[in-house]
Amino acid sequence: MPSSAQSYWANKIKIIENRHSNDKPEYEKWKNGTLKPWKTQTRIESKEKENSSGIKIGQLYTPEDLTEDQFSRISYPGEYPFTRGVYPDMYGGRLWTMRMFSGFGTPEDTNRRLKYLIKHGETGLSIAFDMPTLYGYDCNNTRADGEVGRCGVNVTTLKDMEVIFKGIDLSKVSTSMTINAPAAILTAMYVAVGRKNGYPESSLAGTVQADILKEYIAQKEWMYPPEAHLRIIKDMMTYCTRRMPKWNYISISGYHIREAGSSAVQELAFTLADGFHYIDMGIENGLSIDEFAPRLSFFFNSSINFFEEIAKMRAARRIWATVLKEKYGATKSRTMLMRFHTQTSGYTLTWQQPLNNIIRTTIEAMAGVLGGTQSLHTNSYDEAWALPSDDAVKVALRTQQIIAEETGVADTIDPLGGSYYVEWLTDKMEEEAFRYFEQIEKMGGILESIKKGYVQKEIASTSYRRQTRLESGEETMVGVNKYVEKGEQPINILKISKKAQINQINRLKQVLETRDKSKVRKSLADLEKAMRNENDNLMPHLIEAVENYCTLQEISDVGRNVFGGWKEPIIV
Amino acid sequence: MADGKSLSLFKDKPIKVLLAKPGIDGHDRGMFVLAKAFRDAGMDVLYAGLLPTPEEVIDTAVNEDVDVIALSLLNGAHLTVFKKVSDLLKARKIDDIAVVGGGTIPDGDKIKLEKMGISGNYGPGTPLATIIAHVTQRAADARRKKLADR
Repeated sequence: MPSSAQSYWANKIKIIENRHSNDKPEYEKWKNGTLKPWKTQTRIESKEKENSSGIKIGQLYTPEDLTEDQFSRISYPGEYPFTRGVYPDMYGGRLWTMRMFSGFGTPEDTNRRLKYLIKHGETGLSIAFDMPTLYGYDCNNTRADGEVGRCGVNVTTLKDMEVIFKGIDLSKVSTSMTINAPAAILTAMYVAVGRKNGYPESSLAGTVQADILKEYIAQKEWMYPPEAHLRIIKDMMTYCTRRMPKWNYISISGYHIREAGSSAVQELAFTLADGFHYIDMGIENGLSIDEFAPRLSFFFNSSINFFEEIAKMRAARRIWATVLKEKYGATKSRTMLMRFHTQTSGYTLTWQQPLNNIIRTTIEAMAGVLGGTQSLHTNSYDEAWALPSDDAVKVALRTQQIIAEETGVADTIDPLGGSYYVEWLTDKMEEEAFRYFEQIEKMGGILESIKKGYVQKEIASTSYRRQTRLESGEETMVGVNKYVEKGEQPINILKISKKAQINQINRLKQVLETRDKSKVRKSLADLEKAMRNENDNLMPHLIEAVENYCTLQEISDVGRNVFGGWKEPIIV
Repeated sequence: MADGKSLSLFKDKPIKVLLAKPGIDGHDRGMFVLAKAFRDAGMDVLYAGLLPTPEEVIDTAVNEDVDVIALSLLNGAHLTVFKKVSDLLKARKIDDIAVVGGGTIPDGDKIKLEKMGISGNYGPGTPLATIIAHVTQRAADARRKKLADR
């Protein structure tokens, strides 16, 4: 990074530091004149509070916690810097999308589920894949034994994708696929399914997660070294920007960073730092920021500290808009506005007294809505145990419907805007994030910080600290370290049979017997050549390979040979 | 951990634990917390990294002469994958390394895992002290076996 970039963060921090005054005469007057005598009289000492980010929370916020330029930083919805929301009408025009992430068992199971959802009016599909698919292993690999179809649907060849989308009008739905390391291969398969059914790639709408940086940070699902995956993302970026205008080739995710144990501020900072890295990549690759950045979207966690989450989301929008405009020279509003999906926190769910999880999810979902999310997934109360049962999923969806249609929280835009506390906390989260950006820059950028294990260590120590605070009782988890019940009865949970694995292996056998072996050999050889040539975009080669029914692992193995594997830095 | 005179041979040697996620599973938050907690409790901690095969886990455990292998999976594959580790140990006639498990393991499965010789099988929210005590006890069992085998 050039030194001008370094001074950008340092400069920002300087401005932020001078923004808030510590001089609060009216507050002091109240504290000394009213609060102190009260405390003396009642003899109740209040405990100091802090949030997940380690930010100390004051007992009261007042107009003195706002700054003179506060309003320019809050602005209006649909206007820079989008603190109050990305659209002028927010939920008044259209509610957030209730996008429930699902996928399990065989492609047939998932096809049935998708059709069921479409029949009930859903137009946004969201597909979960099983672990072998996520790591680029075929269903018949010994490593996949016991894992096929368990955490999502299994895809080994194009045949599986054909079954998943059989009878579904791909010009009418958008499909979100939670896939990272093999995202380009799954995109290629989606294109191939489209072609077979007469939908040109330019008409296909959807999203692949493809955020590989957060894989090295948190979710740990990779196949190759970071540079190799980043090159593939670069190829997708170029290909999709020019040829698939409705395909969002990346969803920059903080969710997993948070689940891995980070604080809210760490989630905010590391996710946006990843985002800036992808922006740098696009620019280095000759794309103009206004051409490609509007296609980037985000994915955040909504955890249990209500106001901290709301402040995080408001700060995220403002930072993204500010940095894209000031540092990267974005000119269009559409480029600067940050759209994001939210999922409630899995980590906060407990297997003890599982019905309590409904309440946790409700509060977290409400924070997502008040934080201005574009779409929302609510977790089910039994997910500390297993994939959700039908009943549990229904409660989770109903939670969103109750928030949307009964509570009135979505009746007006950003109802917490102007709250002394929320605005102060939004500023504070922003400030702490900028400190991380500067630190990351000093370490040579986010990629270097990840390769050195810095980001992972930061997360692990936050997670350990949280655990020790729970053990010492400084923090409470109801039913876990307080209000504990003995002899709890197990709840009914979803069981997944090994049938999916057998079916998948049988289908793969048929594909292997019927495909044209010479075409397979040729497309894998072409792919290898392209992988060795940085200037050859991989997408057309991947599309050809999947159309010739090369398997997911055959394709991934070409990459494993060319690029090698990856061992993460040791942080234990 | 003082478990009588017979263990004097090991008394200065800290308990050695190998943490491993032998399936295709990247949920490593708990592993990292345990690594720190075990170390704070005076144990010698090794981590097998992500995606080791059951064979690799056992090779490392044998080469490093660990007392306990602590397995973790949060992907639902514990019955298949933990079993492979336990079967391999039996096939190689290794009985002086204890195996404990943890993750998202339903109660019904815990009984099955116990029968395979995999104990503990703690879920999220288990106090670290409980896990440390269990590992300590299993390590003592393993060392007793080691002495008996000599």
